[in-house]
Amino acid sequence: MSFLTILFATLFYFATAVLLFGVGYKIWQYAITPAPLKIPTMPAPITKLGVVLRMTEEVVLFKSLFKSNKWIWIFGWMFHFALLLVLLRHLRYFQEPVWWWVDLIQPVGMYAGFVLVIGLLGLITRRIVVARVRYITSPSDHLMLILIISIGLTGLAMRYILRTDIVSVKAFMLGLLYLDVQPIPTDWLFLTHITLVISLLLVFPFSKLLHAPGIFFSPTRNQVDNPREKRHIAKWAAKLDATRKS
Amino acid sequence: MADFETPELKDYIEVPLPQIGVMEGSGPFKAKPDHQEALGFPGELIDDWENVAINKLADLTNRYRGLRVFLDACVKCGACTDKCHYYLGTADAKNMPVARQDLLRSVYRYYHTPAGKFLKKFGMEKLIGARKLTEDIINEWYNYFHQCSQCRRCSVFCPYGIDTAEISMAAREVLDSIGVGQKYCNEIIGKVYKIGNNLGLPEPALADTLEGLEEEIEEDIGVAVKMPLDQKGKDILLVTPSADFFAEPHVDGLIGYAKVFHQAGLSWTLSSHASEAGNFGMFIGSYENMQRVSMRVREAAIELGVKRIVFGECGHAWRVAYSFLNTLVGPFDFLDPNYPVPQHILEVTHDLIQRGKLNIDASQNDHMTLTFHDSCNVARATRMGPKPGGQMVIPREVIKAVCNNYYDMPEDTIGEATYCCGGGGGILTDDLIEIRVKGAMPRMQALKTVVEENGVTHMAAICAICKSQFSKVIPYYGFTMDQIISVHQLVGDALVFESEISESSNESEETENEKE
Repeated sequence: MSFLTILFATLFYFATAVLLFGVGYKIWQYAITPAPLKIPTMPAPITKLGVVLRMTEEVVLFKSLFKSNKWIWIFGWMFHFALLLVLLRHLRYFQEPVWWWVDLIQPVGMYAGFVLVIGLLGLITRRIVVARVRYITSPSDHLMLILIISIGLTGLAMRYILRTDIVSVKAFMLGLLYLDVQPIPTDWLFLTHITLVISLLLVFPFSKLLHAPGIFFSPTRNQVDNPREKRHIAKWAAKLDATRKS
Repeated sequence: MADFETPELKDYIEVPLPQIGVMEGSGPFKAKPDHQEALGFPGELIDDWENVAINKLADLTNRYRGLRVFLDACVKCGACTDKCHYYLGTADAKNMPVARQDLLRSVYRYYHTPAGKFLKKFGMEKLIGARKLTEDIINEWYNYFHQCSQCRRCSVFCPYGIDTAEISMAAREVLDSIGVGQKYCNEIIGKVYKIGNNLGLPEPALADTLEGLEEEIEEDIGVAVKMPLDQKGKDILLVTPSADFFAEPHVDGLIGYAKVFHQAGLSWTLSSHASEAGNFGMFIGSYENMQRVSMRVREAAIELGVKRIVFGECGHAWRVAYSFLNTLVGPFDFLDPNYPVPQHILEVTHDLIQRGKLNIDASQNDHMTLTFHDSCNVARATRMGPKPGGQMVIPREVIKAVCNNYYDMPEDTIGEATYCCGGGGGILTDDLIEIRVKGAMPRMQALKTVVEENGVTHMAAICAICKSQFSKVIPYYGFTMDQIISVHQLVGDALVFESEISESSNESEETENEKE
């Protein structure tokens, strides 16, 4: 086995572990941190089902963002929805035989790559052009966008410019999945693409990408509006109660 | 009028370009050692402030999930950047909600995130906008976290619901924990502990005031409307902001509550022990102080043996009452289970109107054309009635029942998108007059629109802070302070009492006779 194969296989396993454990740790941390007071942004749903609907609207449609700013919404939503399609399409490199619905979205998934890049270019343009957004932007915000744009562009290039030997790519991926490492294709475009993806997996748990698990734990969005009907009390706050006089 | 320029009102609200440092030097007076110590905080800046502040921040992220998620999740999308009334009024870049949050987030990243801890070893913390805590940053926190009224408008528009109010409360708690407190809030909380209310009005003075008001009402309408204080065995304990006892236009609201109770035949009392609905413990982010202030309400209810608790018109007080009271000092199983605990005075009045228990003549308010200012805390942090959004519907239905002329301000400035009055969140103090005036600009802009388009003459409010703030800043924008009015003043003025009915029916007979 070549050095390159061992290097990338190792990096891939390492990055996947960092992603899973890192994000898993953050989710655990969010889950055990109490929300001692009821702070849903009102008007808020008064039932759990209502909260599920509210959260679905936020996660699927970005409802609050839509209310806020149509440009950020259109670019952000284009990017995220395209990303979902692209990720689902990529499942085909990790399975044999390929699930029927993954085959079904294959044609759409191909174009989604363009939509993804266009959405991101819109977002990065805003960061440069709109003075308010420029002010709040850190170098890492640009780097993150550049990273994902590069992943998108190298991906598209492999399809439309310098076609990669997709059969050996799939063999390498399946090999990783079944712990039977196969030689990695030495195509530089593919190596660049996968290096960037590994970087993305590595920074995910340490960056603002934590907004993905974070939103589900946001008390302003996930709490039921029922403080008068049901006493809501956190553990540490209950301890204070014990010292109350009446 | 002052050494700053009042923003000019245009035809619509223009989003300014961000400027650096416009409001940098604007901070409130600092609390004196005795103000601090009464609340359990160090009297002045402690020696080890850096470590204590860093540890306090970690402690708060462990105690408040909201804070932790909000510090982690922001992607700097910019959706909130044009949503804050203080940014719109001052153009100071650090008054954009995300920039205000970043003052704290940068320090959190430096000390409490793996990325910050790693990058600072190479001096590369700037890459992710992380900063080492310095004395300058403490000052920056102090000034800019007292230019936030915790109104939550930004949180409505954030894709993750990040609430700058939570961040500003946490920052103020960190500051208090190292001995840097705000005089206005902390002195007032001390007064509540010592005397029972924010204004420091002792029981004899309160009793006197209420007696005076009773005389005034009787003179006015010829009916003996009572304002009972500390009377045991009544059904309702009314807890209202102490400003209602003598500030204008608040006191007319109090008279309105009394008239409603009187006409509906409800038995009620005020309490000198809980003679304050406000709870500035929320503004300083201190759960412990908020609980201690709230405790008086529970104690008064037990002591007086009431069956229900009703809160008067006050925004943040209603937030603490509606959203937190049950948590802080519940359960209220000793009260009548047929009523929610607590209730808002507007819920009571609305219900009475619906059931036809009030005798209303809306033409009494015909000399005015009304609009309504949704208080930030009521609109975005509470509810009234059984349905979500009742906090917007109920006040309007009550106003429309007692006034014939009503117009809403533009849609994007009311309801859940309402603009704060500019004086909430513990900054209703003269040492912050500049930020208060500038922060009122968006609301004033919206008011100007309905004044010009619909001939609105008065703006009704349901919050002691809104009322005080508007009365003070509205003249800067060319309006007059009597254009601010309590919702329950409108109700009180429209109520027709029996002695009046007999008088006015005589009058109408006479006029008819004349016609003949």
